[in-house]
Amino acid sequence: MSTFDKVADIISETSEIPRDEITPDSHTIDDLGIDSLDFLDIVFAVDKEFGIKIPLEAWTQEVNDGKAATEEYFVMKNLCSKIDGLVADKA
Amino acid sequence: MHLEYFQMIDRVISVDLDSGTLVAQSKVPEKSPVFEGHFPGLPLVPGVLLIETMAQASGFLIMAKSQFAAMPFLVGVKEGKLRTFVEPETPLEIEAMTEHDGSGFAITKASIKSDGKRICNAQLTFKTMEFPDPKFANMIAGRARELNMPEEYLPAR
Repeated sequence: MSTFDKVADIISETSEIPRDEITPDSHTIDDLGIDSLDFLDIVFAVDKEFGIKIPLEAWTQEVNDGKAATEEYFVMKNLCSKIDGLVADKA
Repeated sequence: MHLEYFQMIDRVISVDLDSGTLVAQSKVPEKSPVFEGHFPGLPLVPGVLLIETMAQASGFLIMAKSQFAAMPFLVGVKEGKLRTFVEPETPLEIEAMTEHDGSGFAITKASIKSDGKRICNAQLTFKTMEFPDPKFANMIAGRARELNMPEEYLPAR
């Protein structure tokens, strides 16, 4: 199962969003309407599934400081790419 | 325990960061204005205050891990079970365990027992944020010190 499929399944289960509405180009906040509290549940499940610790504080800080666009971290394909990077760093 | 001031923990008994566990104890007071309304003639600790008690034990555990560098705020309660009535003068043993130490958030599993009997349990989610100001941070650390939080987990005086 791909990283995208695993993360999409987690989002669908956690946020009650129909699985077929989640695509690689979905913006988790703008398109899927995931709020910050639901996002914590998703990050918890992703951290557990992949054995990583998503640096959510740092990502949020970068977005708030204007150093990164939300798309960089919160569009599904980019989020999955970051997760793959964290998994590779762990190995 | 001072219910109306939300002082839910009487004493921290142990902290073990290796296993991610904190144990605390409290005793429900004989009298409290809370019991005048909940309920007249049938004084019971409100369930939300039992959740708050588990949250405070969890909060002290989370703060101990960072030597009180950040403050946890309760943002989620899952699988909360209130198993039995809690009356005045009931001794409580509160246990909090780290379920997940995330970036900017933490999840605990907490429970309360009395004389070995399960009273309640829940999974709690906290968002961790900077203290609003140093004075507030000192007040929280001071409160932890009063509760017998081991000095090694507290900020330097």
